[in-house]
Amino acid sequence: MRITLGLDSTSLSRRYPRLAILATLFMAFGLPLGLYVAALAVFPLNTPERLDAMAEQWLGYDLAGSPYRYIVYTAFLLLVAFIAVNYTAVFGGVSTWVERRVAGRMQSRIGPNRPGAAGFLSWVADAVKMILKEDTIPAEADHLLFRAAPYFSMVGLLLPFVVLPFGEATVVTDMNVGVFYVAAASAFVVVGILVSGWASNSKWALFGGIRGAAQVMSYEIPAGIAMMVPVLMAGTLSMQGIVRAQGGWPWQWFVFQNPAAFVAFFIAVTASLAEGNRTPFDLPEAESELVAGYHAEYSGFRLAIFLMVEWANMWIMAGLAVTLFLGGWQVPGYGAEDYARLLGTGLLPAPGWFGLQLLSMLMFVVKTWALVFVFIWLRWTLPRVRVDQMMSLCWKYLVPGAFLCFVVTLVWQLLVPPAGVAFTGYALTALALFVLAKFAVATRRNISKVAGHRVDLGNW
Amino acid sequence: MNTQFAIFVFLALATLIGAASVALSRNIFWSAMGLLSCLVGVGGLYVMLSADFVAITQLLVYIGGVLVLILFAIMLTSQIQEISVSNRSVGLVGGYLIFFVVSTLLSFVALWAPWRLTSKEPVANTTVALGDGLLGTWLLPFEIASVLLVATLVGAIVIARKEVKSDS
Amino acid sequence: MPHLTLSHFLVVSALLFGFGVLAVVTRRNAVAVLMGIELILNAANLNLVAFGRYVAGGISGQVFGLFVIVLAAAEAAVGLAIILAIYQMVRNIDTSQATTLKE
Repeated sequence: MRITLGLDSTSLSRRYPRLAILATLFMAFGLPLGLYVAALAVFPLNTPERLDAMAEQWLGYDLAGSPYRYIVYTAFLLLVAFIAVNYTAVFGGVSTWVERRVAGRMQSRIGPNRPGAAGFLSWVADAVKMILKEDTIPAEADHLLFRAAPYFSMVGLLLPFVVLPFGEATVVTDMNVGVFYVAAASAFVVVGILVSGWASNSKWALFGGIRGAAQVMSYEIPAGIAMMVPVLMAGTLSMQGIVRAQGGWPWQWFVFQNPAAFVAFFIAVTASLAEGNRTPFDLPEAESELVAGYHAEYSGFRLAIFLMVEWANMWIMAGLAVTLFLGGWQVPGYGAEDYARLLGTGLLPAPGWFGLQLLSMLMFVVKTWALVFVFIWLRWTLPRVRVDQMMSLCWKYLVPGAFLCFVVTLVWQLLVPPAGVAFTGYALTALALFVLAKFAVATRRNISKVAGHRVDLGNW
Repeated sequence: MNTQFAIFVFLALATLIGAASVALSRNIFWSAMGLLSCLVGVGGLYVMLSADFVAITQLLVYIGGVLVLILFAIMLTSQIQEISVSNRSVGLVGGYLIFFVVSTLLSFVALWAPWRLTSKEPVANTTVALGDGLLGTWLLPFEIASVLLVATLVGAIVIARKEVKSDS
Repeated sequence: MPHLTLSHFLVVSALLFGFGVLAVVTRRNAVAVLMGIELILNAANLNLVAFGRYVAGGISGQVFGLFVIVLAAAEAAVGLAIILAIYQMVRNIDTSQATTLKE
């Protein structure tokens, strides 16, 4: 006998197809868009001065002199953190669905397609399933550390969101040590991996933890040095400063401004893939060797946290690469003076300013999603590397390569005049477009070889 | 200033409880977790002293480097539970005695010495000032430190590698 | 609650130093001794930065702090390498067991 719950999403969407489509549209577009709009509305207000002025003007309340001012500021910070954490969770969930659908396409199968339109709600179903599952703790494990370990990883994931700029004004705070801070934050992920590996009291988990620590520590070095290349070019460690030093058009991006930065971009992306334990570098959780690595003993909600960290880390990796190398939120054709002009002098910015901010957020989000797609393609294309290959790739190729890029950038900054930089920008952009065109043509040819001249998009 | 003091108390407690568990915990893994709390607390205290660059360096080098190395060494050497904490030459009582004498003496000095306080405001953008300083006033120590780091790198590899033994 | 002054930081640093000495003196596990040394270095570093902020002014205290952090990282790397070498030789990291100068 088949037991159906009233909430069975499959039968619900069969019975009310429109409801399923509406729910999907709401979850797929309403939720992220709502979070973006909330971020746009809240993040720029999150300075003590603006809060003081708003309280003064609207409520007639002297917040700056009040004893409760820090409570109000903290409440605002909590609101900001709430938006950021929810965005992480929603992105982590949506990206699992995207990844499974893309993987299905790449392997000539369909992928999850039952709950909601095109199977979109499967990530919600997965999350609900995870939370409802029993949360087991191995009898011989260190209970407290076993429970605490996922949160170390989660802290390491959430810390970079403080300085990651989503738009011209949409950033929690712009530290003057931003890039350095992001590099430091990844330390907590390593601690989480090591603690979970040890606290599980299982050989697989311990090996996964040790492997993970060795891998992340090794790849921090090329990633850090490659990230110093845009810092050298912009002359600041602040994330917003680095974005402001670039322009909106592709030839004004740092990646195309000198050949060393072009190489450093690929080094940084490769190293951050390894730092985030993404395939082809997912050795700490290699199923064929270590069962599931450091989270082998986890179940239920704690496993959900580990998986969320793993997927949401893609946003950090891609967002960081976009910010440092690919122009961040810069909108083509709009400069700093346009933002200042549209901001006006009033207490609240003009509507045109919000429109421009939304456009700049859109630039950042689209670029980041494009890079996330590339990460997903890499995962489903490349096989997992061996441990010794992973180490030799890091120490024999990436570290010297990153050092070389660093030195070449120094010399380039000193010797090459602005006209040369501009010419390099056009030349490298043209080269990149040429490679992209070749790639598109080759893909088209491969598809038509298998499926004739018809690309089938019908079976969603 | 009250909020500042409350934050200071919180950070100082995190630091000292962490330090106490480094010294007293019987499980060395818990000692390492205490070290984590202590290092984060000291980093927070650096921020309160408006030394943001040093604070981030503390996070990057100590937690990302030293602490992970220590956890690594703990896992590789597999001596997690330590039955007898005390060292034979000093003993637990002697250790506590040294602790109380040292910390009381130092606290006494800290509280009663007539420090000549400066009225200078802290540097606002420490990154720029530190960068200029390291390549200007402190250039020689900076270079010596980099030579030392290379020597350390080579030395650590030489010590830790497995010797290929010949049969002679 | 009182105003935050130099002495507050110095007292925290003194206690931190005391715990570090306690760990170095009483622990037998070599890794734990190394952690005690890290505590001592952190205490000294906190002193340097606090004096730099309240007494010297400017950034000289922070520069000292950065150098101490660099030296501490170097010390930890060499120390742990020595501990691993001892472990490979005597299968033990008890400081009282490592008594021979050669195999």
